[in-house]
Amino acid sequence: MEGDIGSIGAGLVYGLGAIGPGIGLGFLIGKAIEAMARQPEAAGMVRTTMFLGIAFVEALALFGFVLSFIV
Amino acid sequence: MSLFLAAVEYGGPWHLPPVNELFEWPAFLFQDTIFAFNRVALLSLLAAVIAAVLFLIAFNKPKIVPGKFQAACEAVVDFIRDQIALQAMGSDGLRFVPLLTTIFLFVWMNNLFEILPFINFPPTSRMAIPAFLTAVVYVLYHFFGVKAQGLGGYLKNTLFPPGAPKALYILLTPIEIIQAFVSRPLTLAVRLFANMLAGHIILTLIFITIHAFLVFGPGLPVGLGALIASPLLVGFELVVGLLQAYIFTILTAVYIGGSLHPEH
Repeated sequence: MEGDIGSIGAGLVYGLGAIGPGIGLGFLIGKAIEAMARQPEAAGMVRTTMFLGIAFVEALALFGFVLSFIV
Repeated sequence: MSLFLAAVEYGGPWHLPPVNELFEWPAFLFQDTIFAFNRVALLSLLAAVIAAVLFLIAFNKPKIVPGKFQAACEAVVDFIRDQIALQAMGSDGLRFVPLLTTIFLFVWMNNLFEILPFINFPPTSRMAIPAFLTAVVYVLYHFFGVKAQGLGGYLKNTLFPPGAPKALYILLTPIEIIQAFVSRPLTLAVRLFANMLAGHIILTLIFITIHAFLVFGPGLPVGLGALIASPLLVGFELVVGLLQAYIFTILTAVYIGGSLHPEH
């Protein structure tokens, strides 16, 4: 394979872009599970809010994924 | 993009397709007009028809004691009413259940085509379909916001969320503008699109790996490993397709519900 610094850059964009959302998702889902275990009757509300939060955190990772095709 | 697949070494008289070939289909009807019809359009049309026919058969002559098929379809509607509409929008959500059911089924059927044998292509991995669905949702949540609160009230509650200190609005209002008009629709479309794109590329890569290493290359263990891993990936993509349809629907519900009521 011919050397091409651009493909390394594209890989790095996604790899680095996934670190932050990865940590964020870990925190978010962990805390949500904790909340559901403590108060099972609020599980529905927690789940809805959790998915909303996931959507915002995950969006960052997806921007990285799409940018890796553009870079 | 073709660099993604160039990393796979291969031999023999076998052509390795670049990534663009996975997603670009030539039109086979009405070529070179704006009605050009290709495989993506056919599949998305098929998804709509399948979803409509399933529900027409199930609810054409509804029985009080439902049969197995009717019960299964009722479970889908129940799930959307109880888990999505009522959870995200409260009792206002009941009148949006038909809309949410339609969006959920359409997205889910489109996602299912990703793993269906002999089709193996999710129309949602082309930006056009998520972008179109998002445009519908975008118009809807602004429309219902203006309808419920009036134009001035909707803009005021969206851009200047009540309850914050006055000085904070310098920081808050630009964020709210970007969120309501740019980042919400953008992420809604890109999330579905990127998940399906990634899933399709991953499935193609694992199938190409099996083919390349078992048939052409000497790397038998790699090929066998990929062969064992491929059913797991297909199962994973089944879950991802359902989850993305669920997330798309629940975000639609949350956005519409959020513009119906000013934030507390």
